[in-house]
Amino acid sequence: MATSTEATPYTIVIGLEVHVQLLTETKLFCGCRNRFGDPPNTNVCPICLGMPGVLPVMNQKAFQLALRAAVALNCQIARFTKWDRKNYYYPDLPKNYQISQYDLPFSHDGYLEIPTADGGTKRVGIIRVHLEEDAGKLLHAERGGKSQVDLNRAGTPLLEIVTKPDMNSPAEARTFLEELRLLLRYLEVSDCNMQEGSLRCDANINLHVQHNGQTVATPIVEVKNMNSFKAVEAAMAYEARRQYEEWLRTGAKLGEVPKETRGWDENRAVTVSQRRKEEASDYRYFPEPDLVPVVVSEQMLQEVRSQIGEFPAQRRLRLAAEYGIPEYDARVIVELGKAFADYFEQFARGLENPKNASNWMLQDVQRTLNAKGWTIEQFPVRPEKLADLVSRIERREINTHAAREVFAEMIESGRDPGAIIAERGLTMVSDEQQLKAIVDQVLDENPKVLEDFKKKKGKKRKQVAGFVRGLIMRQTKGRADAALVERLVNEALVARTGVPLE
Amino acid sequence: MSGESLVGRTALEHLDALAKGELSARELVQAYLERIERFDGHVQAFLLVDADGAVKKAAEVDERRARGEPLGPLAGVPVAVKDVLCTEGQRTTCASRILENFIPPYDATVVRKLKEADAVLIGKTNMDEFAMGSSTENSAFQVTRNPWDLTRAPGGSSGGSAAAVAACFAPLAIGSDTGGSIRQPAALCGVVGLKPTYGRVSRYGLVAFASSLDQIGPFAFDVRDTALLLKVIAGHDPLDSTSVARSVPDYLACVEEPLEGLKVGVVREWLSEGVDPEVATAVRDAVAVYEKLGADVCDISLPHSKYGIPAYYIVAPAEASSNLARYDGVHYGYRAARYEDMIDMYCRTRAEGFGAEVKRRIMLGTYALSAGYYDAYYLKALKVRRVIREDFDRAFEQVDVIIGPTSPTPAFRLGERLADPLSMYLSDIYTVTANLAGIAGISLPCGFTQDGLPIGLQILAPPFEEERLLRAARMYERETEWHRRRADLQQAVAAVSKAG
Amino acid sequence: MALSAEQVQAVALLARLRLTDEELAVMTGQLNKIVEYVEQLHEVDTKDVEPLAHPLPISNVFREDRLRPSLPRDVALRNAPDTDGEFFLVPPVLD
Repeated sequence: MATSTEATPYTIVIGLEVHVQLLTETKLFCGCRNRFGDPPNTNVCPICLGMPGVLPVMNQKAFQLALRAAVALNCQIARFTKWDRKNYYYPDLPKNYQISQYDLPFSHDGYLEIPTADGGTKRVGIIRVHLEEDAGKLLHAERGGKSQVDLNRAGTPLLEIVTKPDMNSPAEARTFLEELRLLLRYLEVSDCNMQEGSLRCDANINLHVQHNGQTVATPIVEVKNMNSFKAVEAAMAYEARRQYEEWLRTGAKLGEVPKETRGWDENRAVTVSQRRKEEASDYRYFPEPDLVPVVVSEQMLQEVRSQIGEFPAQRRLRLAAEYGIPEYDARVIVELGKAFADYFEQFARGLENPKNASNWMLQDVQRTLNAKGWTIEQFPVRPEKLADLVSRIERREINTHAAREVFAEMIESGRDPGAIIAERGLTMVSDEQQLKAIVDQVLDENPKVLEDFKKKKGKKRKQVAGFVRGLIMRQTKGRADAALVERLVNEALVARTGVPLE
Repeated sequence: MSGESLVGRTALEHLDALAKGELSARELVQAYLERIERFDGHVQAFLLVDADGAVKKAAEVDERRARGEPLGPLAGVPVAVKDVLCTEGQRTTCASRILENFIPPYDATVVRKLKEADAVLIGKTNMDEFAMGSSTENSAFQVTRNPWDLTRAPGGSSGGSAAAVAACFAPLAIGSDTGGSIRQPAALCGVVGLKPTYGRVSRYGLVAFASSLDQIGPFAFDVRDTALLLKVIAGHDPLDSTSVARSVPDYLACVEEPLEGLKVGVVREWLSEGVDPEVATAVRDAVAVYEKLGADVCDISLPHSKYGIPAYYIVAPAEASSNLARYDGVHYGYRAARYEDMIDMYCRTRAEGFGAEVKRRIMLGTYALSAGYYDAYYLKALKVRRVIREDFDRAFEQVDVIIGPTSPTPAFRLGERLADPLSMYLSDIYTVTANLAGIAGISLPCGFTQDGLPIGLQILAPPFEEERLLRAARMYERETEWHRRRADLQQAVAAVSKAG
Repeated sequence: MALSAEQVQAVALLARLRLTDEELAVMTGQLNKIVEYVEQLHEVDTKDVEPLAHPLPISNVFREDRLRPSLPRDVALRNAPDTDGEFFLVPPVLD
């Protein structure tokens, strides 16, 4: 920036510290379930309760997911990594130390590319990524003025990602989080749900103010309690304004005052200074003697790289371009994870129009997965079979109504669509003579509809036509070619009543 | 066979008699329970005697034997367990107020293995609180006495287990050794005690004192019983990341085989200054036995061993300060009755729940790890630890085993070292280095003082060479009779009441 | 380097131990004696010596991501000094 302008006489400098929970079945050091929302203190055992004499054993999947994330964030992977104890007392931390990583994190010095407003990209540096255990939850109860401790979350695997202060606007901070979420969801590392706390974010922010031809850095403030991406953006925007006003008022520079922590107050849309701790924190880190180090071999890295393959940002663009589906659909498919996107591609390759594949994936398939609580890997219908079914709609062999019936049966029995269609006689009736005869028969038997058609106008008249189509469908057990029926019904109504459709 | 003639025999003798049908497991456990009933009021080795559980287990063993079912290698043999190992559904206190009412919902892996071996778990033994001490006087509940002289300490921290064997309350016992807590009380009580290589025995369920030093090990009257018990408790455990996946040799099967051309190193520094003359003489006599057996004996030097105690008193308290942070009155254990707020609740709970020695070590460890002192103390101690380990590595290039005294003195008088923590710490001067280096060590009886107090011989072997250690120890034991002596409790009790 | 009573008091707070004035005085004396003894570590030349935190040269110990049974809640809470049947209860904690 050559000269300062009236509008923004400063540059905003933002660094983020992001915690994401890993998608493992069990906790980091014990076999208890790693799941949000279960009744309090039901996913606990002597190990995560920190009972006397228990020992941690590292969850291999957690370490693999952590490696996957770090590789995808272009990090250097340490060949030798170890864990350390971070000692502090808090009732949600049963051992009163957290097993974390201090001087030898498993990865460091990476970056994530994010899209910029002008259509380009920008690299946000990653200082380090490390694997640690989460704490439990402390809830403030009214009754008796006591606080409640729930340890279901205690000991679940957590990835800490620390960025460089490379973001220069609230929008960039938000974009970074969106891109990070896309990446980690796609790689099935984390579901990154801020509401459920599986992605948590603190920010460090200050300003570089242009003042008398010099750049002056204002004190860095740590902002906490941001519970959505929108909140991060809003808090950063608020904090930048507030810091500039404070600078104008006090002229305080970086290093002149102790680091302040402020909490974002969602309702009032302001940041509020948090009470300073009574004692200076002294975490007394030392090597965790109950765990052994991990030496990362070239083979482990190769395995992780092969699991990652194409990155989500690239895949999103490729899906839209290669299959001609809307960008929104491509984004959602990729966000639902690599396996979901793989399924989509196999499915779409068997179809005339890949848009039908994205429609089915995002509606019927997704609805079924949600209802059954399945992942796409657990979905019993293979993509070739689903393509077989949907291609029959494209070839006008069956209609959509019948296809849904077949789809439901395929999920239940796993049988081929062809066999189900043959057995249930669901082949589409598209013989014009045959359908015309049915239309005539129906109108003969229902003279009242002709009167209604004549009497009613506009939308209501069209509804009468819809009612007749319904009768035809019922007569054909839903098998009739819907487009053909519509034309025939409209023609017959107009011919018999002499009034136009519109 | 009368009860009194049963107790004092070895586990292998009991197993033989049980197998031959000469007695039942019930009769055996009854004999020990009667002995405990009669004398433990004087010795105070046990914090808990599980008479009902022991009798029930013995009866089960008898029934299964009668039905011809297969039985474990310790079927029907009473074993006493230091109260630092968690026992499911049974109070586990670590001799601390803070765990006075703690009932673990899990067994330590070693306890599970003992149960699977069909051992009869007869009770939980007294110890220094959280295994911190060398006299068992730091128990919050009672003072254990040395069965050879009830006015003296049994050593510690596994003093309850050592005294239980020496008093013939059980032929076998389990202890834990962080700086000498098995070997030193074994020496002072005239029994055999073995500290396995770090990683040889699972630590799961062993209430941690200093995690990188702690190991569980056996007590017995002789080397053969020690081999038997070690075989049962050793081995890899998926619940302990630091337990090593190596097969466990059949220690008992090979223990009688002498080691051809054994090279024995005698630690020069350990027989010069600071050692009691009677202890030094007994150890020199033991060296002579090895020479007579044809061993190649030479002097070796462990030049940094004198830094063992200072390094240990940084590393162990540092780890302990973190390991003991969990005793905070939130999830289990003692909570202070009155407090002002959360922090005050922590501070009062811990002040009221811990004894003086535990507090001292927590303070020392917290200080050693705190900002500004970490490099000067903790990091420095870890570097010295490596230097000490390298001393051993060099020594074991020259010799097969290292021998020396276990403890600089025989059993000292109760209360004698309580006022001066440092004098107590120096009791472990010959034992701590094995823990720092992670190697295996054993203490076995090698004589008695004029006053009739036992003296222990320490033998050390490289990591995972327990087989060599036991065979070397057995070579000596076969030539001597010390392991056959038993404390005369009746006389010991009479001596005290006469003096009192 | 001698520890002052104030330093010992600060360490006691870090360690969450409440010391009476008398205990503080005794503790300060004992800690100083021990620390003085431990100072002899500095006689050892440890230039170029790697710290030894762990006696075992093993690495890469993992377990499979497989569920093991958790404790029933009443068992998990059984040893707790204060509970409401669902949660562990502690004195009110401010952020």
